[in-house]
Amino acid sequence: MSEVHAEAAVHAHAAPTGFIRKYIFSLDHKVIGIQYYFLALVAVFVGMFLSLLMRIHLVWPMAHLPLLGEIKPETYLTLLTMHGTIMVFFVLTTAPQSGFGNYVLPIQIGAPDMAFPVLNMLSFWTTFLSFVIMLAAFFVEGGAPLHGWTGYAPLSAIPSAGPGQTLGADLWIISIAVFCAASLMGALNFITTTLDLRARGMSLMRLPLTCWSWFITAILGLLAFGVLAAAGILLLLDRNVGTSFFVPGGLVMTGVPVKHQGGSPLLWQHLFWFFGHPEVYIAILPGMGVASQVLSTFSRKPIFGYRAMVYAMLSIGILGFVVWGHHMFMSGMSPYSAFAFSVMTMAIGVPSAIKTFNWLGTIWRGRVRFYTPMLFAIGFVSLFVSGGLSGPFLAQPQLDINLHDTYFVVAHFHLIMGVAAIFGIFAGTYYWFPKMFGRMMNERLGQAHFWLTFIGTYAIFMPMHYLGIAGHPRRYSQLTEVKFLEPLMSLQEFITIAALITIGAQIIFVINLFWSMFKGAKATANPWEATTLEWTVPSPPPHDNFGGRVPVVRHGPYEYAVPGAARDYVMQNEESTVPAHS
Amino acid sequence: MATLTHPVTVEEREPRTGGIMPPPAPPRDGKSEGPGPGFTPADRLRRYRIGLAVGLTPVLMLFVSFTSAYIVRQGLGDDWSAIALPPILWMNTIILLASSVTAEKARRMAGIAQESGGLWLGITLILGLGFLAGQWIAWKQLAAQGIFIASNPSSSFFYLLTGSHGAHLVGGVLALGYAALATRFHRPPETRRIVVDIATWYWHFMDLLWLYILGLVYLAQ
Amino acid sequence: MLVVIWLITLVSTYFFYTGQWSPLPLASAHGAAIDKQMALTMVLMGVVFLAAQLGLGLFVWKYRDRSGAPAATYSHGHIGLEWTWTALTAVLFVGLNLMGYNVWAANRIHGAGPNAMQVEVTAVQFTWYFRYPGPDGKFGRVDYQKSDASLGNEGALGLDDTDPASKDDIVAGVLMLPVNKEVDATLRAQDVIHNFNVPAMRVKQDAVPGLMVHTHFTPTQTGDFEVACAELCGLGHYKMRGTVRVVSEQEFNQWMAERQAEKQQQ
Repeated sequence: MSEVHAEAAVHAHAAPTGFIRKYIFSLDHKVIGIQYYFLALVAVFVGMFLSLLMRIHLVWPMAHLPLLGEIKPETYLTLLTMHGTIMVFFVLTTAPQSGFGNYVLPIQIGAPDMAFPVLNMLSFWTTFLSFVIMLAAFFVEGGAPLHGWTGYAPLSAIPSAGPGQTLGADLWIISIAVFCAASLMGALNFITTTLDLRARGMSLMRLPLTCWSWFITAILGLLAFGVLAAAGILLLLDRNVGTSFFVPGGLVMTGVPVKHQGGSPLLWQHLFWFFGHPEVYIAILPGMGVASQVLSTFSRKPIFGYRAMVYAMLSIGILGFVVWGHHMFMSGMSPYSAFAFSVMTMAIGVPSAIKTFNWLGTIWRGRVRFYTPMLFAIGFVSLFVSGGLSGPFLAQPQLDINLHDTYFVVAHFHLIMGVAAIFGIFAGTYYWFPKMFGRMMNERLGQAHFWLTFIGTYAIFMPMHYLGIAGHPRRYSQLTEVKFLEPLMSLQEFITIAALITIGAQIIFVINLFWSMFKGAKATANPWEATTLEWTVPSPPPHDNFGGRVPVVRHGPYEYAVPGAARDYVMQNEESTVPAHS
Repeated sequence: MATLTHPVTVEEREPRTGGIMPPPAPPRDGKSEGPGPGFTPADRLRRYRIGLAVGLTPVLMLFVSFTSAYIVRQGLGDDWSAIALPPILWMNTIILLASSVTAEKARRMAGIAQESGGLWLGITLILGLGFLAGQWIAWKQLAAQGIFIASNPSSSFFYLLTGSHGAHLVGGVLALGYAALATRFHRPPETRRIVVDIATWYWHFMDLLWLYILGLVYLAQ
Repeated sequence: MLVVIWLITLVSTYFFYTGQWSPLPLASAHGAAIDKQMALTMVLMGVVFLAAQLGLGLFVWKYRDRSGAPAATYSHGHIGLEWTWTALTAVLFVGLNLMGYNVWAANRIHGAGPNAMQVEVTAVQFTWYFRYPGPDGKFGRVDYQKSDASLGNEGALGLDDTDPASKDDIVAGVLMLPVNKEVDATLRAQDVIHNFNVPAMRVKQDAVPGLMVHTHFTPTQTGDFEVACAELCGLGHYKMRGTVRVVSEQEFNQWMAERQAEKQQQ
């Protein structure tokens, strides 16, 4: 058998003709991946704009902004709620998993498409619908909700609890429920594809670490989003039908007795964080996969401890489901279970540290090429360390007494699940852009973008640790009411200026992205001299990825610096042999 | 440390052009063969079954969440007063169990015998709609007693669980309907077989789910 | 790359080290243990932070691709090393956690002592009410449904006059406390979740509607200390400020007696 010939049926669906079928309601995983990517790009700019308004309001509360005028306290809370929600769901969940995962996963495992292309398309358009509903919350009577992205009941459960808690909050919940459905469709597709569509020879232990990260992320999503959907349904019922799942009896809201009886606000928190903590890993795991892939490629060295990396990701995924209680140390839950959650949380530090050591080990005695994707991958490791090391503070309930709900928490999760994940997205963008669009991104602009973003990120989030240690509560729209916050104002000003510059630097990225799409240098099939299967096909790949043929995989994913090989790398499907290793 | 297991052969073709793939080497060890993508009807059936198993997980998680909320809520406060289940639920249960049997009959006919099994599908559909109608009647009976969704926590959960289950069952009805009409849509027989197979397994799952829900609300009485 | 990573690392560490922005001066008995555990964690994490960041900077500089650089080493890792750092980090993280158990236990698992002074803290959007049980040591019944903020302290809580235990209950807008006496505070919320946070006393605990949550502490300094709500509670969250006023026992008793007298006149 010289090659695995394509049956007529390999084309699960024929190459489409016509604009709408090709670009709008496309079944091609590559088009859908790009659609997701651009959805996330729009979302990240909305989210960033909101954060900019917040930063400006914090330090210049009386500023009159063009079009918006003065920002009121409730508007500030609306901004922070929508900033968090949009960033978490439509950026950090959408871009690294649904965007890159959709585009790259099938090619990397040697499949012509996702397992269920129609479901894939539905999943994108459902996400889109969810985003539209979310944005609509801004424009309804009362505006968007102000209960924060965690939507703690009863603030979120009683419409009279504040402006924006009426129709805006309903839309917020509905949007999230719709998003859950979309994510579940996506997760189903990812898991089935990974399990069932791998090319011959692509054993699980030959999967690129990116595929592992998408696979594990999909499993997390599969288990977590159903719970969030359940919580959302219960909350909607509490709000609109008068049930009492989350609202206890005997409350008085703004002077008016509330009719509900006997529910539990902690029940919402348990359900929410059972989803919410795995969600953190949904955001960061794909970044870990991309960082591993890029670090190995540009260090010209096999990944250090491949199996350890896989097991570390699996244990992070599993532990991620048993630590939700660490968000609730101050909630009044049992102090015994708090401590149990705390031990489990500290245990997550172990696989995280293994990953860090292995990344360092990959660079160690390599030969590092500083292209933009590599810069962002190194930045990812640095941010992962910085953001990760504030974890052991927050994981200890006794220290959480000082730090809970302060800027220390803001610094922690922004560094690790926010910016580190975004650095993963940037690394992925610069790395796969040649494959996606057939052109190279501008290297000089890329480097400028990296340096400004990297330094800017630290300038924004490092000082937030100091604020938190000094006890500065988060979610305060003005710092003028509490006296001990006054000395911290100068630090807040510094952060705002850093944020202005860093957000401004993102314009470089956008220019680079769109300029390179049309004017960039033509990319070869394998510009980075990488080894995984996506680099064996033309840039951009044809409709069914492998031109009707199915690749056969012979090696692990990271065969660099192979002694005796003609080049310093051996691609996954190459026939040449590599030294035996365990 | 670097011991070569085979002499190194380097392709002359440029691998990055996406050209012809080299012939498969003998597997390096017995374990390294992946399943490989296939598009035979049997492959597709397997793929859809995997997809169904994966897809039912979040449904399960949804009801697991409701259950945990149920248990927590029941343990709270003293406002929990159990509702008397409408007797029609027992009848509905029998109808649903029967529909699972007829669905299985259709699945086997479509699978092994390659027959249409359209009659059995039709009966399943009618039974499924009968179950949904029965559930609606049960709701009406409760409402007639003045028990609504917000009346007390146990009625909230009763409406919530039966409603969610009913909504999922509507999906099953649609799938069965599509299977029954698949020949009308000029779908090839393999496709039809897959639809029948998947719809039936889904139906069985809904059946088990209903028994679980019934147990849950019955025990709380 | 080296320079930037090292610079960022060292500058960040410098500010942590100088403690320019540190927690408010300690004003409670149990806070010392918390601050100590915090300092210990800070040192350990600081060492790991420095080692990892400086190592990263060093590696990317030392192994950069330049002419004459040796080829990358072909290595898939080292099992022994993997086990070593797994074991080390496990001991570090879990060990650190277990060391803090006593601090947590003293705060939350063990309740207040039998002689602790009882206070009830009620959080309402966006203010705090503090209630003392009076000489009978019992809190009277409150009915939030009857509360009316315009009536002031007692009325705002909806204190039920028909309950004899409520006759001597004192409700205040400022939490007066005698110095060096343990306080057992019962936290309640009337509408949404709030958080009773006194940063200077290292006290932080959610007040959850429908629950009565206890927290206990011993003020060690006299003076005014701010309470800042630490759980998003609505549009006025940022100004939900309260005051804990710690005075000598004598002053406290005098204040209490005056309030009791006022109350009995009504």
